[in-house]
Amino acid sequence: MSQFILSLITAIFIGGVAGYLGSLMLTKRMVLVGGPLGHLALPGAALALLYGFNIFWGTLGTIVIGAIIIWLLEIRTKLPMEALTGLVFTAGVAFSFLILPVAQAEEALIGDISKIGLTDTILAIILGTIVFLIIKKIYSKMILSGISEDLAKTEGVNVKKYNLIYLASIALIVALEVKIVGGLLTVAMLVIPASASRNFGRTLSQYSFGALAIGIISAVLGIFIFKFISFPAGPLIILTGTSIFLVSLFFKKK
Amino acid sequence: MPQSSILKVKNLNVQFNDEKVIEDLSFEVKEREIFTILGPNGAGKTTLFKALLNLIPYKGNIIWDLKSPKVGYLPERLSRAKFKETPISVREFFKFKESSDEKIFEILKSVGLEKLNLDKNPGDLSSGQFQRILIGWSLIGNPQVLLFDEPTAGIDIGGEETIYSLLYKFWRERNLTILLITHDLNIVYKYSTNVLCLNKKAVCSGIPREILTPEILERLYGTEIKFYKHIHT
Repeated sequence: MSQFILSLITAIFIGGVAGYLGSLMLTKRMVLVGGPLGHLALPGAALALLYGFNIFWGTLGTIVIGAIIIWLLEIRTKLPMEALTGLVFTAGVAFSFLILPVAQAEEALIGDISKIGLTDTILAIILGTIVFLIIKKIYSKMILSGISEDLAKTEGVNVKKYNLIYLASIALIVALEVKIVGGLLTVAMLVIPASASRNFGRTLSQYSFGALAIGIISAVLGIFIFKFISFPAGPLIILTGTSIFLVSLFFKKK
Repeated sequence: MPQSSILKVKNLNVQFNDEKVIEDLSFEVKEREIFTILGPNGAGKTTLFKALLNLIPYKGNIIWDLKSPKVGYLPERLSRAKFKETPISVREFFKFKESSDEKIFEILKSVGLEKLNLDKNPGDLSSGQFQRILIGWSLIGNPQVLLFDEPTAGIDIGGEETIYSLLYKFWRERNLTILLITHDLNIVYKYSTNVLCLNKKAVCSGIPREILTPEILERLYGTEIKFYKHIHT
């Protein structure tokens, strides 16, 4: 299968699921979490590039390790979560710049779709589909717990369990995103489709599936533009999304 | 006809960090009662509801005797703003609990909102309509017991009366037991069958007209309540 088709399929799955997941994160005001997590992916990407294994495993590894460190530090120090996140992710970024080969820095920072292989595409399809189905199942319950945690609990929603599933899904998707948009721009694939869809959609289903669609459209258009002008695809996907967001402003109600 | 007990609370204690919020509270609620919990701010009323719903840790015994496990709950100050932040329609809000469009319409009709556009966001409704939506929502699945925490907070006086007469209508029509938190003594006298005065501990309990004397109210609120006399004029 041609490289172009592989990267297109990968970007469709990751872009769509990231948009869908981002729509849930936006309602919980958690969308910026995707930023530090993406930066946590950088040392993993650096190690993968240095030792020649798949970036996904490196990024997933350091995201999970970073998240566990933040969690442990919070228990131990009782410092605010945002301070600890800042501490851990900047340490990760600093570390990656020490070891990252300069020639490959761009790939780690803003992604390189020409490096996407069959394994990456299969991973994106399988993990993307699993995360999508899981999020779809817990979506309305998470929304209810966002409106009132007490109300959700009395309806039998296990808020703690769902939060854990939700956070694990974010970690997975961010790790997948690094291949396409790099460690610097992961937050964009989560926040832009959701924000644009917010302007189009009135109901929950319009909004959530709108974000999914905008995520896919941005990915497809970005990659097609990449084919014609040889700028890196990651930033092009993001900027396509930003343009869709600007258009959405004209549709905003009130 | 002797009523059977629906809820028994024995030696309930709730503590947040070092602060005791509820101390040694015991009471009983019988079937078909409109049981009001009265007390000043910070007296532990909302905390008591949360303990009854098993939402927070507590010590002591809470024994429900229900035919269906469903309990309808309306939390305090559920805000319209929170809904506005979420792109959700009235229909979707009801679909959390009830999938049939017909039943949703039936419930909306029973709270007087049959003409409501179901695609609207609950946050965009008037405060009175919003509160009706929440009452309707709590009635889904025909719960045997309703727990309402200040259902009329933020509603003007006219709207408040409508909400309570609506609740009273449901109480008459359905086989309901209602536990209610309110500050409004008028409402207590008019609708409650039983009252529990709470200020960390039980200050009084019984039938409103018998036990809510000016002395008791003063003990409960720590100030003279002039309102009381007004009721009897």
